[in-house]
Amino acid sequence: MSADLGIRPSARTTRSFADPAHRRRYRFALAALIVGAVVITALLLCWDNPYVPFSERWLRISRMRVSGVLVVAVVTFCQAFATVAFQTATNNRIITPSIMGFESLYVLIQTAIVFFFGVAGVSGFDPFTRFLLQSALMVVFAVLLYSWLLSGRFGNLHVMLLIGIILGTGMGALSTFLQQMLDPNEFDVLAARLFGSITNANTDFLWFVVPVCAAVGGTIWMLSKRLDLIGLGRDISTNLGLNHKRQVMLVLTLVAVLSAMSASLFGPMTFLGFLVATLAYAIADTYDHRLLLPMAWLLGYVALGLAYFLLKHVFTLVSAATIIVELIGGLVFLVVILRKGRL
Amino acid sequence: MWPLLLALVLTAGLIGLSLFTGVADITAPDGDGGEFLWITRIPRTASLVLAGASMAMAGLVMQLMTQNRFVEPTTVGTTEWAGLGLLVTYILLPESGIVGKMAVAIVFAFAGTLVFFVFLRRVTLKSSLIVPIVGIMFGAVVSAISTFLALRFNLLQVIGGWFLGRFTGIEVGRYEPLWIVLGVSIMVWIAADRFTVAGLGRDIATNVGLHYERVVLLGVGLVAMTTGVVTVVVGALPFLGLIVPNLVAMVRGDDLRSNLPWVFLTGIWIVTLCDLIGRTIIMPFEVPISLVLGVVGSAVFIAMLLRTRRIRVS
Repeated sequence: MSADLGIRPSARTTRSFADPAHRRRYRFALAALIVGAVVITALLLCWDNPYVPFSERWLRISRMRVSGVLVVAVVTFCQAFATVAFQTATNNRIITPSIMGFESLYVLIQTAIVFFFGVAGVSGFDPFTRFLLQSALMVVFAVLLYSWLLSGRFGNLHVMLLIGIILGTGMGALSTFLQQMLDPNEFDVLAARLFGSITNANTDFLWFVVPVCAAVGGTIWMLSKRLDLIGLGRDISTNLGLNHKRQVMLVLTLVAVLSAMSASLFGPMTFLGFLVATLAYAIADTYDHRLLLPMAWLLGYVALGLAYFLLKHVFTLVSAATIIVELIGGLVFLVVILRKGRL
Repeated sequence: MWPLLLALVLTAGLIGLSLFTGVADITAPDGDGGEFLWITRIPRTASLVLAGASMAMAGLVMQLMTQNRFVEPTTVGTTEWAGLGLLVTYILLPESGIVGKMAVAIVFAFAGTLVFFVFLRRVTLKSSLIVPIVGIMFGAVVSAISTFLALRFNLLQVIGGWFLGRFTGIEVGRYEPLWIVLGVSIMVWIAADRFTVAGLGRDIATNVGLHYERVVLLGVGLVAMTTGVVTVVVGALPFLGLIVPNLVAMVRGDDLRSNLPWVFLTGIWIVTLCDLIGRTIIMPFEVPISLVLGVVGSAVFIAMLLRTRRIRVS
């Protein structure tokens, strides 16, 4: 990994690549990742399937595995797009939605709803309406809270980051606190929603989550050029005719939607987004979001998919897949901070 | 002198309140109230006092030695290391008693804290706020390792139960190791002036004739011992070591020796109050104290951060 994250003079040109060799390098990396993703998908779907390939039973098992693959794809998509966009909007490579506590907020809202309205009140809605309401609440709160946090009044980055981390911890404690006060029946209803892993991810609403993520992610993708501008910082982008504040709010809202989807599907993950964004910047070595975003997603998919596959079939420890990715992500986070010696 | 006396009266009141709170009425003339008092109430209150005072003290000592207001055992990973040590004893030496577990936990806490100190020295992170950020991440990495090991060896419940600091299971025969921290606190009291001088920084401390490295090692050792013992007996008590010394320093300034009694007392108050809340809010059940502390603590911490921020701006 070439971890030189400083701005290189060559990267300041308006073109995405400094020279043809750079473009070749990007294309090669992208191609390798695509091949990797295809291989991983094939392995996840077909490995260790005891029946004759393409027989009826074989297909049935493979079909059951499709939802697992989909979960990996959607979660990494959300994390990659949300993190890259968030880092650009906040103009910082260290903070990510999860480190700032977006997902603890989601868990807290879920818990608070059950806590204040009870299972009876909640089950009055049909599950899908409830899911929608919760996600909407999450987006509203997240945008309010984080636009306040990021709005420059406490604009010191370190204060903000620390507040984000502590907010996350505090909201986590508050959720657990409320959960302890629920009666066991209510808790069961809630627990089914909160503790995710790939195997027992909440796939009920996949039919809804996938199109929403595609739409939101697609919007971010369409906004690539604008993100490139936002990434130049408030002053330069304002000079270039961008309503910086409004654009940042828009990006934050989109990020909040993606985070809500990822958390509802899977549960909180802290470092996955950081890991893929950092690696994507290091490998793609460009500031063009159109090139960065797919790279980040592919990296996430290969990393989580590989971890999932290895732990499922080689170490038979399937629930640890996310932990391993988190562990690696946390270590990368530390290395990046320590190598830079600053934020 | 008067404020301190008043504070002692307040402490006594809280301790009394803690003794009389609970499902069983210990004042009932018939029945076995007296037994309850001796088997659970007194041990529980004693461990509240010991754990609260010593974790607050551990935070104070660490803040002096790192010259950083935001450092304490749970923000540099000491607690997580102690937990990892505990887990390792469950895996490698399942037969060992509580003393053996504690010893390993202390060794891990000591080693982990030293690693963090070396980290800090090597990279000379200038901003005081990066230190807790790195520390928290360091702790997160260690606890991810713990979680992985716990999964591998099917000890997830053990680690989950450990992580939630609680005083629920405290009774005669289980809490006695906590008295160790009384000894540690006395040692901190004796060495108080040395820690104060060390808190001025390595250069000044060396200039006035202090063996800086040795004092830091002693400090880390005492902190690790406190954290190890409290973690094994009670569990993690988040934010306590962070908030108490800061509150005391806001009111009284930075002299360790004259602050020490106040740090002890404030630690006792906060722990006792949080425990009372946790015990009464869903009677006859209990909310673990670490959750109450986590909620209260993060709110206070953020308020403190915003306050220092505002001061620096104005």
